[in-house]
Amino acid sequence: MSAIAVHCQNLVKIYATGNQKVTALNGINLDIAQGELMMLVGPSGCGKTTLISVIAGILDQDDGVCELFGQNILKMRSAEKLKFRAQNIGFVFQAFNLLPALNAMENVSVPLIINGVRRQTAERQAAAVLEQVGLGERRKSLPAELSGGQQQRVAIARALVHSPRLIVCDEPTSALDHESGRNVMTLLKDVALHKDRTLVIVTHDARIFEFADRMAKMDDGHIVNVSGSKPLHEAL
Amino acid sequence: MNRIALKMLMGDRGKYFGIVMGLTFASLIMTQQPAIFVGLMTRTFSFISDVGLPDIWVMDAKVQFVDDIKPLQDTELYRVRGISGVEWAMPMYKGLLKARLTDGTFQTCNVVGLDDTTLIGGPPVMLAGRIEDLRRSDGIIVDIDALKEKLAKPSGTPNGKPIQLQIGDSLELNDHRAIIVGIAKVTRTFQSQPVIYTTYSRAKSYAPKERKLLSFVLVKAKPQQNLTELSQRIRKNTGLAAYTQQEFMDLTYQYFMKNTGIPINFGISVLLGFIVGAAIAGQTFYNFTLENIRQFGVLKAMGTSNWTLLRMILLQAILVGLIGYGMGVGLTAWFGYAMRNTILAFRFPWQLLVFSGAGVSLICMFAALLSIVKVIRLEPAIVFKG
Ligand SMILES: Nc1ncnc2c1ncn2[C@@H]1O[C@H](COP(=O)(O)OP(=O)(O)O)[C@@H](O)[C@H]1O
Ligand SMILES: [Mg+2]
Repeated sequence: MSAIAVHCQNLVKIYATGNQKVTALNGINLDIAQGELMMLVGPSGCGKTTLISVIAGILDQDDGVCELFGQNILKMRSAEKLKFRAQNIGFVFQAFNLLPALNAMENVSVPLIINGVRRQTAERQAAAVLEQVGLGERRKSLPAELSGGQQQRVAIARALVHSPRLIVCDEPTSALDHESGRNVMTLLKDVALHKDRTLVIVTHDARIFEFADRMAKMDDGHIVNVSGSKPLHEAL
Repeated sequence: MNRIALKMLMGDRGKYFGIVMGLTFASLIMTQQPAIFVGLMTRTFSFISDVGLPDIWVMDAKVQFVDDIKPLQDTELYRVRGISGVEWAMPMYKGLLKARLTDGTFQTCNVVGLDDTTLIGGPPVMLAGRIEDLRRSDGIIVDIDALKEKLAKPSGTPNGKPIQLQIGDSLELNDHRAIIVGIAKVTRTFQSQPVIYTTYSRAKSYAPKERKLLSFVLVKAKPQQNLTELSQRIRKNTGLAAYTQQEFMDLTYQYFMKNTGIPINFGISVLLGFIVGAAIAGQTFYNFTLENIRQFGVLKAMGTSNWTLLRMILLQAILVGLIGYGMGVGLTAWFGYAMRNTILAFRFPWQLLVFSGAGVSLICMFAALLSIVKVIRLEPAIVFKG
């Protein structure tokens, strides 16, 4: 029996650029269970990135409620919010976003260092997680010396290393070929996901839909339908 | 996080170099130009410090600086000697006279006439001969730089080196024969004219015939005599100006500060160095931050506080500042060393280190501030943007 990891109720986000207003989220209602892999899919511009930004606590909604593990991030003071993110959330990006001057191990150790872990300890743990993602040998390599698939695996290790309860991924396979994309998804599903860790993955790559536990289809700032092998009541 | 900040900085070799170069340039200009300025200004009064021995210089009340000669009557010397508290008082002639060189050209020289018996006020360092040799007939002592440069004989061959005059060679000063009996080393003066020492009476015979030829009366105070009191007494009794050595140096220095374009010219150089350095370093540093803005965004999304990011940027700025400052000051010192035997004026007192250090710190603070504002305003949500 697992609990709700993410609870979104009537989420609204409006971007104002000049006198133009774009309603990116127009009343999102969505619950994501702990330990499930939820995919957010839908056409470009429908609000997927905006939604996971709000879920990950790096963007404030204009209306509605978003709770993570029962806590309302919007209500937190900024120092609390930072600490909450540092401890509970892992990020995986389409463009990897590794720090180019740091080698794989140093990159992976960053979340631990942000959490105040000493460097030696952090790097030891980072090396262990790199083993898990199959890059133990490459821990001294700079991002530029790694292939796209390898860089994304480093990024996954970085998203995992501090044992967050939620990992958000924005188009993690879009920059990769089919083969590397599948490797990355396998890794996310087998290594990253477990009963205490939830994955929210934004994608429009149909080839990886099969990895989803459930899939929320979005259009124009709405959730159109939620489908999947396990409906939410089963997942719970 | 400090290590990460430094790695980020060094990771971008091109930018890192650009920033350090900009700061090096700024700190070089801000140290080297003032060093030349200080060197030049020191030369304005180097004649006074070279003379050294007297406590008080007495001169016409209207004299504004050391080369502003307003001659006195010889009788003033005796009046000064009669004032209580004066241990001794000696005459000095200082004036510009034309020397005729062997090839027929003329060179204006600074001729200094010393008291015939005591020879007080002579050159600080003798390289050849002795000061006493001035007592030989037609004897003069000439400074070494003049012998090598302005007073040197042209060589016989077209591209040959000029030939340095030696002891025993002669010059013509205002149609009078003068024979070199000694070679001295003097501190370069502002005008860098050849300096020729001779006796007071011989200097008078070289100089154009005038009623007054006494330039200064050099005074030594009695032991325990308060110098300020003594110079006041001299002023009151003679109506002349009387300055302590330091006061006369200050007077001369102030004259050049107020009445020449030198301070403003150097001021402008320093300001330009500061502005150009600030522009290059500030801009490159800001660009560096902008280029790494996504990395800062990622760190922010992952929970790094603004305070930590601020510290990272400050650390980066301080590091490039220290390196640039060190290189600029090092280059200046090297420049000064390389130029030590040339005509170039150069002085590097420790105050200049503080001055340019403050300048470089200002530039770094300015550069860091721009970047810090940018990073603090940064929305972490940019990390998901393409
Ligand atoms: N920072 C922003 N400022 C203004 N409009 C934005 C901004 N971010 C996204 N949008 C707009 O909001 C809508 C949703 O964007 P996004 O969440 O990125 O969609 P998706 O990830 O599904 O492609 C789009 O119309 C986009 O143009
Ligand atoms: Mg998107």
